[in-house]
Amino acid sequence: MNDPVLELVDVVKTFGKGSTEVRALNGVDLAVSPAEFVAVMGPSGCGKSTLLHLAGGLEDVSSGRVRVAGRDIGDLDLASRAALRRTDVGYVFQRLNLLPSLTALENVALPLKLEGVGRREASARSLDALAAVGVTEQLSRYPDDFSGGQQQRIAIARAIVVERALILADEPSGALDTMTGDSVIELLSSLPGRFGTAIVLVTHEPRFASWADRVVFMRDGVVVDQTASTVPVSAAGAAT
Amino acid sequence: MAVREGLLALLHEGPRHGYQLKTEFEAATGGVWPLNVGQVYTTLDRLERDGLVGVSDNEGQKVYSITVDGVSALGAWWEAAPVDEPPPRDELMLKVLMAIERSTERGDAHAMSVITHQRTVLHSMLQSKRRARSVATTSLAARLVTDALVVRAEADLRWLDLCEAQLNGTPTRKARS
Repeated sequence: MNDPVLELVDVVKTFGKGSTEVRALNGVDLAVSPAEFVAVMGPSGCGKSTLLHLAGGLEDVSSGRVRVAGRDIGDLDLASRAALRRTDVGYVFQRLNLLPSLTALENVALPLKLEGVGRREASARSLDALAAVGVTEQLSRYPDDFSGGQQQRIAIARAIVVERALILADEPSGALDTMTGDSVIELLSSLPGRFGTAIVLVTHEPRFASWADRVVFMRDGVVVDQTASTVPVSAAGAAT
Repeated sequence: MAVREGLLALLHEGPRHGYQLKTEFEAATGGVWPLNVGQVYTTLDRLERDGLVGVSDNEGQKVYSITVDGVSALGAWWEAAPVDEPPPRDELMLKVLMAIERSTERGDAHAMSVITHQRTVLHSMLQSKRRARSVATTSLAARLVTDALVVRAEADLRWLDLCEAQLNGTPTRKARS
């Protein structure tokens, strides 16, 4: 009943062919429980970003299995996969999360609009999501009018405006100063407790990873070690 | 240890009793640097011997105050480079260097596995510090002390990353692939 919200089983991902083939992932097993916050760390090129792309269905595995919210991504057609990305999985990247031509409020409401939610309801839910991340003013201004930290908060609001099982975050504090970065990761770390959302954070900053329930270390395309999860009973153990 | 100078800094704000110095020292250091009263009085005796504090009697209680020499000693301390004892985790450096030595001798992966394990251990420590920090409704001093521990652990982790990267670059490691 506590099935993992994200499960990678013996995942291999290669780029290129023959002598130029690169194995970005070389047999990764990872299970993330509902409401678990997992940080993935490792040197550049260890495969951590590839792992995130596969988890979000942005790329296909070469072999192995990726299950998100109980569904095998490999079994989904393009349309279902797009739907999965709209409804179950949210993203927060290092930068360029927001569309510059939309206001803060419109950016947050975008996933609802794509789902066909009515204007009034979309607006109300977006305001709630923005309040949840602590952005309550100047919502009709454009992303460029906000500081980097505020922009990330707005991006997180957009990720939670739809009830998501999983949020994938790729260096969301990478472009921020230490204190602002801390506050963004602290906000992320509060999501599992408040909304039951699981989070996979890719970072190379130990201080940001320390907010997570579990830190997973990768090297050369494999998971080499991990800290014990602080999330109680769970399928987290399935990763080992 | 800089307890002497810490006491001088407090006395620079005005005369104080020994016990008062103990509690104020502990509050200023976020409760992570407990002093026993005996230690406070021993230190005060030495400061008095060195002419850095004076003692007077106030209704049977000893009151300590900073002297002119004490003020100039304190001034010099604010400006001097901190001479810390090596932090306890310098054991980490020894451990990794010894492991690298062994791996170089035997051509095995011992060093890499030690680095990997130590990194996990440090991260677990960092996580628990973070949790302590985030639940703490404690003083600014306590939060800053935790921040200091966090950035030191970060420094250790960065050092492990460098060790790993350098180790990966050595001929013995490359010969493997």
